[in-house]
Parts: sequence; C-alpha cells; structure tokens
Amino acid sequence: MTAPFLSVRDLTVDFSTEDGVVHAVNGLSFDIEKGTTLGIVGESGSGKSVTNLAILGLHDPDFTSISGEIVLDGQELIGASRRELERLRGNKVAMIFQDPLTSLSPFHTVGRQIGETYRKHTGASRAKARQRAIEMLGRVGIPQPQSRVDDHPHQFSGGMRQRVMIAMALVCDPDLLIADEPTTALDVTVQAQILDLLRDLQEQTGTAIIMITHDLGVVTSAAHEVLVMYAGRAVERGTVREVLGSPRHPYTWGLLSSLPRLSAPVDVPLVPVRGTPPSLINVPPGCPFHPRCDYAALAGPGLCGQERPELSPHRGHGDACYLTPAQKRDIFLEKVKEHL
Amino acid sequence: MYRFLVRRILGAAMILLIISALTFFLFFAIPRDPAAFACGKLCTPETLEIVRRNLGIDEPVFLQYWHWLVGIFTGRDFTYGHCDAPCLGYSFVNQEPIFQALVDRFPTTLSLTFGAAVVFLLFGIGMGMIAAARQGRPADKIASSASLIGASMQIYFVGVLATWVLVDQLQIIERPSYTPLTENPLQWFYGLLLPWLVLSIIFTANYTRMTRSSMVEQLGEDYVRTARAKGMSARTVFLRFAWRGAMGPVITIFGVDLGVLLGGAIITEQTFSLHGIGELSIKAVINQDLPMLLGVILVAATAIVLFNIVVDAAYAFIDPRVRLS
Ligand SMILES: Nc1ncnc2c1ncn2[C@@H]1O[C@H](COP(=O)(O)OP(=O)(O)O)[C@@H](O)[C@H]1O
Ligand code: SF4
Ligand SMILES: [Mg+2]
Repeated sequence: MTAPFLSVRDLTVDFSTEDGVVHAVNGLSFDIEKGTTLGIVGESGSGKSVTNLAILGLHDPDFTSISGEIVLDGQELIGASRRELERLRGNKVAMIFQDPLTSLSPFHTVGRQIGETYRKHTGASRAKARQRAIEMLGRVGIPQPQSRVDDHPHQFSGGMRQRVMIAMALVCDPDLLIADEPTTALDVTVQAQILDLLRDLQEQTGTAIIMITHDLGVVTSAAHEVLVMYAGRAVERGTVREVLGSPRHPYTWGLLSSLPRLSAPVDVPLVPVRGTPPSLINVPPGCPFHPRCDYAALAGPGLCGQERPELSPHRGHGDACYLTPAQKRDIFLEKVKEHL
Repeated sequence: MYRFLVRRILGAAMILLIISALTFFLFFAIPRDPAAFACGKLCTPETLEIVRRNLGIDEPVFLQYWHWLVGIFTGRDFTYGHCDAPCLGYSFVNQEPIFQALVDRFPTTLSLTFGAAVVFLLFGIGMGMIAAARQGRPADKIASSASLIGASMQIYFVGVLATWVLVDQLQIIERPSYTPLTENPLQWFYGLLLPWLVLSIIFTANYTRMTRSSMVEQLGEDYVRTARAKGMSARTVFLRFAWRGAMGPVITIFGVDLGVLLGGAIITEQTFSLHGIGELSIKAVINQDLPMLLGVILVAATAIVLFNIVVDAAYAFIDPRVRLS
C-alpha cells in the first residue's frame, strides 16, 4: 500500500497568547489522495484555518508550537527550513482565501500578482510571466484576459476576483490546493460557478483539494470526503455519502439540522447547534462536545465528561463518540423522521 | 488630472477667502480699538481720528475687507502712498508693507521646514520601518522607547540645552543663524543644522511611531498573508507590498505638518532667534496688527491647502483605488 499524497498525523497547534495557551488544533489526523477533494467542516473557530496554515508553515514560530507529522509526497513539512517552505508555497501547495478583495494586493495589477508567483518559482522572464498570467486568466474564465491582465483587483467583481485568486493559486500547477472558505464571501449563484470551476480544473490537472467550509451544502457539491472538526479535533470522518447520508456524531447531526431544508417553509429560522464552542484555553476534559451534547447521559454516567473519545475505526467512516452504533443509527433515524 | 487640479485650486481659493473674511470679522468683533493701540498713550481725539483714517479702519468692516481683497489683485492707494499689487496693506505698527515683510521672511521658514522635514522623514520612517520589521525584538524596543522620549521633549528646553552643550561648551556646531542658500550654501547648512535637528526631534518620534504602527497594521492584512502563501519571503513582502499601504497615513500627516511648519515654526524660531514667518505671527498677535495677522494666516493657510492637494495627488499615485476627480 502506497503512502497517501498528503498525510497529517496527530497534528497539534498551540498558540501562546497573553491569556494563556490556545490549543487550536489537538491531535488531528487525515489523509488526502491526488485528484480528490477533502471537505473540512465545522463552526467558525474549530481550527480549520489554523490546520491549513500549519500545512504551509505560515504560523509565526515565535508564538506557535506545532507537533505531529505533515508528510506531503514523502516530504516532512513540520520543521522544514524556511527556504524549503518558500519553495513549496504557491508552487506545490497553493492556497486561496475567503475574501478575494482583501486577499489580493490592492496596489498591483492582477497580471503582476499572478506573474510574480510564476517568476518566483520558475525564474521565467517578465514577458513570459505576463503571457502565463493571460493564459491563466483565460483558463479560469475571465473574459478578454488580454486586456484585463493590467487591471487592478478593485476593477473586478467579487466572483471575478475569486477567479483571479484561483488563477494565481494554480499558476504553478500545484499538487495540492487549499481553499479556505472560497465561496463564503460570494453570493449564491457565483458560489456555484466557483465550485464548478474548481471541479473542472481538478479534472484537468488532478490536483488534490482541501475545501474548508462551514457550509455543508458546499461539501455535498464539491467534496469526495469529509472531515468534521470540533474544537480542534476530528469528530467524524468519511466519504460525503457516509457522513452526510448516515452521520454518527451528535455534532454532525447538529450541523445537519441547521441546514435549510427544501421542504420547510422559507421563514422557519435555522437552528444552530445549541450553546457555544468551548474555550480553547481551558478545553473541558472528556469529549469536547459534552457540554453541548443532548446524549451525554445516554452514553453512560459520567463517561463523556471524563475521557476523550477517539476517532474510530481508523479507516473508513469513523466518529469520536461513546454512543453505541445502534444508538447512533436509531437516534439519527428518529431525527430524520421528525424533520420529514 | 487637469480637472482635478482646476477643481481643487478653485476650492483652495474659496477656503482662503473664507479664512481671511473670518479673520477680518473676528478681529473687529472683539471690542478694542487698534487705532488707540497704534496711537499710543498721548493720544488726542483728533490724532486718533487721523490714525483711524490712515489705518483705513474708519470705514465699515465689510468695506474694509472688500478694499483689502481688491488690493491683492489691483494694488491700493494709502495716505502713505501707493501699494503695488499684490498688496496686503501696511502694518498698523510700523507701516512696513506686509507683502514685502512676508517675502523677506519666507526663505528662512522655508529653509527651516525643508531641512527639518528631510531629517525627520529619513529618521522617522527609517526607524519606524526597522521597528516594524523587528517587532518585539530589541531594535523595536529601542526605537519605541526612543520615540516615546522624543515625543515628550520640549523644543525650547532641548534647544537651549543643545545650544549650551554643542555650541557654547563643546563648540562643535555653529551658533544658529540664517544665511540665504543662494549666498553661501555651506553657511546656510551649518547655520541651520542645529535648528533642524532640534525641530525634527518631536517629528521624528511621531513619524517613527506612525510608520511602525501603520506598517504593523499592513503586515497583518490579508494580502500580506496571500503573498506569504505564494512563496514570497518576509523581506519581499515588506519591501514590495506592505510599505505602499503603510505610507498612506504617513503622507497625510506629512502634508498637514508641512503646511503648519511653513506657517512658521514659532517656538523654534524664538529659541534660535531666527526671523521667519513664526516671528511675524507672534508680533502680529501681540501688536493687534490686523494686516500682518491676515498676511501670516494667509501664508499658513495657503501652505496647508496646497499640500492637501499634493497629498491627495500622491495618494492616487500610491493607491490605484483612489481616483482623482
Ligand atoms: N495566531 C493565533 N493566535 C492565537 N489564537 C489563534 C491564532 N489563530 C487562530 N487562533 C484561534 O484558534 C482557533 C481556531 O481558529 P481558526 O482555525 O481560524 O478557526 P476556523 O475553523 O474558523 O478557521 C480560534 O479560537 C482562534 O481564535
Ligand atoms: S461522546 Fe458523549 S458527549 Fe461526546 S458526542 Fe458522544 S454522546 Fe455526546
Ligand atoms: Mg477560518
């Protein structure tokens, strides 16, 4: 069995802050294969961005301690040198961010911003880089790339700007693309277009994609596998069909029931998961979700508050919850019925 | 660009008009008699009347203002004789033509401002950049404490102290004086060196802090993270991206500071006995000398509105999102 293209093992990211140590990511593991998309979902603050910035080595080493393993195509990234990381970023691993307006430099033309990434990693001439920028703008569906190449980001619409971001991310044909909430700042029709574009580009290039989102709808339409994160840990993992079709973790149920339903009247308010995420400075012992969980008593007296449940089984559809498989199935079916 | 200039210059003229009118009417709103002041202690009602006429303050205020305004463009006849355009009138105190007085004093103020600006821009922005690049490290702490100390300095105190130490005791710097640049550039430089340094201390401190905080703010922006995420080194990010965003606020403040300084660095001029616009302002206020007051206010206001236009143009140059219109 060959090693996965990207393998993250026991990743832990701690920030030292004035208030104490923030345990933003806590023993997280996942794999991705080339040509596939992993959706990472969870409420805001669950550690999605921190995880992915760690892959790129973008945390300030003075205030961050990172442990575990991040192996990309055989290369260990934790503890890699600054030079190695700079060579990797934008080249083998690229990232696109939530807000394309603030994420692009307002001072430089899009052509220059795309071109400089290309030049940095290939040493191409200015003229060649410009040619490449035009080509990339065309590939991401920007009309008249020849003339748009000299425009500044503020001259594009939101959706077009995100296309520019994607063009910039893909200019060096990365093997892994990390998209951190790429559609959150866009309106719904544009969201769908951007997701379509990413899927098309993935088919052409075979790049692996990590799609970070708090929107299960995005996962359904864009991902092959899903990782549900809560308080810096994975609470459920599996294929989209497994996790969304027969979810096992109470937190995943909560996320699902907060989705708008087609059958429900439009004015029914969405039900967010009850309560608030735990402090990441004093993480409660046991299952991090237990203060918000309706089923903690069901799992066994005191169990959920004492020891942390591990994600199991190790492969395939796994979840970190003490409820028995039968309980999980029954409760979920019960919930489905309620909502029909 | 052309339309921007025309529009802004017209706007600036409007502002100057309003400022001069306000000065004029406020001056006369306070109940006191500049003629009695000029006439002195032994003043009979008859001489007072003559003085009034000579000063031109026997007319209604708005008429006086009108004459003053028209005089700038056409020149004016006074009892003492004709005053050529641009005529800003004569001093109430010593009958000195105002325009000539301003022309005589302006090079001193210009030299003082220009030299100090070079010093504080160089050191202020330089130190601020270094502090931002070395955030939290010793260099940052030194620069930050130095700027805190610098900002709390008083010019007259530092000026007197520096003169005593550097000029009187150690004799390594010349006693401050003004020599026109065209006359003897070297003398101009040495004569103004100490005033430049002293005047720029507080500014340097402020520009250090401003540059640092502005730079730190930019370094936290999303686009900087993007640049790092595409493989740019911290150094490239610093030099190619962040400074452009950081310079906006600095330039804005610089425009204001330059304008204010050109209106006369009053304390510095007093401390070093330099005869610039600042000295004129002090005298004008003390002597209730309306024409002189109007003159110096006009210089200061012109400088400020002018640099305001320059700043806006510079902004548009740095930041493509800003459009001149
Ligand atoms: N540089 C940092 N220093 C301290 N805490 C941080 C830092 N970056 C993120 N965090 C904290 O880590 C947690 C996870 O953040 P993040 O990964 O951004 O969440 P999200 O899942 O919404 O992307 C949050 O509580 C956030 O406040
Ligand atoms: S382990 Fe206990 S508290 Fe945690 S999700 Fe399962 S039932 Fe709820
Ligand atoms: Mg995030």
